[in-house]
Amino acid sequence: MSTKILVTVKEVAEVDDEFEISGLDIDDRYLEYDLNEWDDYAVEEAVQLSEAGDDVEVVTVTLGPERSEETIRMALAKGADRAVRVWDDALADAGLLDATTKADLLAAVVESEEPDLVLTGVQAADDSFGATGVALAERVGFEWAAVVNDLDYDADANVSSVRRELEGGVEELTDVEGPAVLTIQTGINEPRYASLRGIRQAQRKPLDVHALDDLGLDESVVDSPVDLTSMYEPESEGDAVVWEGSPDETADELATFLREQGVVEG
Amino acid sequence: MTVLAVTEHRRGELRTPSFEIITAGRDLADALDAELHLAVIGGDVDGFADRLNRDGVDAVHTVAEGEEFNHDVYTQAVTAMAEAHDPDALLMPNTVNGLDYAPAVAGALDLPLVTDAVDFDADGTLEVTREQYGGKVETTVDVEADAFALTIRPAEWPAAEGTGDAEITPFDVDIDESAVGSTVTGFEEVGSGDVDITEADVLVSVGRGIDEEENLPLVEALADALGATLSSSRPIVDNGWLPKNRQVGQSGKVVTPDVYIAVGISGAVQHVAGMKGSDTIIAINTDPNAPIMDIADYAIVDDLFDVVPELIEQFGGQAPS
Ligand SMILES: Cc1cc2nc3c(=O)[nH]c(=O)nc-3n(C[C@H](O)[C@H](O)[C@H](O)COP(=O)(O)OP(=O)(O)OC[C@H]3O[C@@H](n4cnc5c(N)ncnc54)[C@H](O)[C@@H]3O)c2cc1C
Repeated sequence: MSTKILVTVKEVAEVDDEFEISGLDIDDRYLEYDLNEWDDYAVEEAVQLSEAGDDVEVVTVTLGPERSEETIRMALAKGADRAVRVWDDALADAGLLDATTKADLLAAVVESEEPDLVLTGVQAADDSFGATGVALAERVGFEWAAVVNDLDYDADANVSSVRRELEGGVEELTDVEGPAVLTIQTGINEPRYASLRGIRQAQRKPLDVHALDDLGLDESVVDSPVDLTSMYEPESEGDAVVWEGSPDETADELATFLREQGVVEG
Repeated sequence: MTVLAVTEHRRGELRTPSFEIITAGRDLADALDAELHLAVIGGDVDGFADRLNRDGVDAVHTVAEGEEFNHDVYTQAVTAMAEAHDPDALLMPNTVNGLDYAPAVAGALDLPLVTDAVDFDADGTLEVTREQYGGKVETTVDVEADAFALTIRPAEWPAAEGTGDAEITPFDVDIDESAVGSTVTGFEEVGSGDVDITEADVLVSVGRGIDEEENLPLVEALADALGATLSSSRPIVDNGWLPKNRQVGQSGKVVTPDVYIAVGISGAVQHVAGMKGSDTIIAINTDPNAPIMDIADYAIVDDLFDVVPELIEQFGGQAPS
């Protein structure tokens, strides 16, 4: 019996310490792109399942422009078997903030791939919406579990025994019937680095690009009532005293403060 | 008009976001000229409803179904309640469990969803304030719709107080058991062990700025020199560099030391949830815009690898080479 695992991956931007906002986003000069931290753990989890089982195929899917192929190749280099990238001119202009829109697009891929298990990240590090995985599950009629930090997958029964990481150091143990979408939390495993061999192999692995048409969708899928209308640097609520000077000077200020507070002796 | 807010409990206790969502819900209800209704699902619903009957609540609907949270039950119950009461706004907590059903409910009801709101303005088009890029920027998100769903960030609104005169009524819903595909089999407390960081007066807390496991002895030496206890942000624990009982934050420990020294920690909301009650917060960070600066009392904007060795020396310790 074969198993297919679909992993959603997103290329996210990280912001430099100093940056400028231009329009509705941070100016591209201050952004560096990388695989979303949470998705890195999701990819690793899928690859570990494929290494442990027989006949497990790992397919990654991303919604993203051509630039994101570098990120997808990283997932392939780490052991995913093939990749799907969904993009269309119509998507370029849409903000793609709305989790419903993302779920609609991913649902079309789920319907054509028919995976047994879908792994997503808990959230994307850039917009931290945290809703796409569960929205996707609802859309395709899969069962789901959010914020999973341990997974024991029974491929024959298609049941996932998971731990959901709740607040305050409490974990919930839950059995989830497949097909299911699990949103993966950081720390569930130790994501590997891509090996040189893996990177070479990734160049030869299939990476299919689908436009809306190919997925049987039309442009109305990007119509959304949810719109980003402004971005700004928050006014600092803080009134921190910033100690200035060379490291020995600032260290001296801090040391003096700690001594005066009676926190440390000596 | 109605605002429907969903409350949350675990192992017999209402959780704090349940009281905060009353405050947020009342704000929204006032802006919309609406009533505030609460949903209480599972557990001791009558006891919970009594305790939730605070100032500003107009009605509480209870669904006595199961003891603990189950997302299939919540999804079905909230969806049915929304279909019956047709709320203009549906509020849910942006908690781990909130995110386990809110997107499903919004999907089932075909409502637009915005998560993790830190503020909103509902005079006219709904404008939601939320953060992006780990809190380095804020955004405004407009929702052009007659009805919408929103999840509310914990600890942004104060807990509601007083006593309300809400009508408390059971809400009848037939849960379709065949659609319940997940079963909670238990709970486990994690993160206990030899060290209890919640007991410490002074915490030296290390974050991803430390870069490599090989560099950890540097902050260990600082903690030793100060007679402090070492704690950390999540990535340090995720990487296996420190055990889980050292983690500060939403999914770790909540600490309230006299002094909290955050070394190379950005101050993500889930981290801040665990340490904002510290008496004095000191940040050492290269990034002057890091969100930790917003809650720090004192800060050094510099490289930890330059500052920490100097500090260790100040206290007669020796920085590892
Ligand atoms: C459901 C959920 C639960 C979570 N629970 C927790 C939790 O309990 N605890 C927690 O901490 N996080 C938690 N997180 C993760 C959280 O969102 C952040 O990812 C995490 O807190 C970031 O840790 P950090 O600040 O160490 O790393 P980063 O955000 O990467 O910050 C590193 C900081 O170090 C600074 N820096 C880099 N180099 C240097 C240098 N040489 N000198 C000085 N400064 C330097 C950088 O400027 C930056 O500000 C949770 C997330 C989710 C989704």
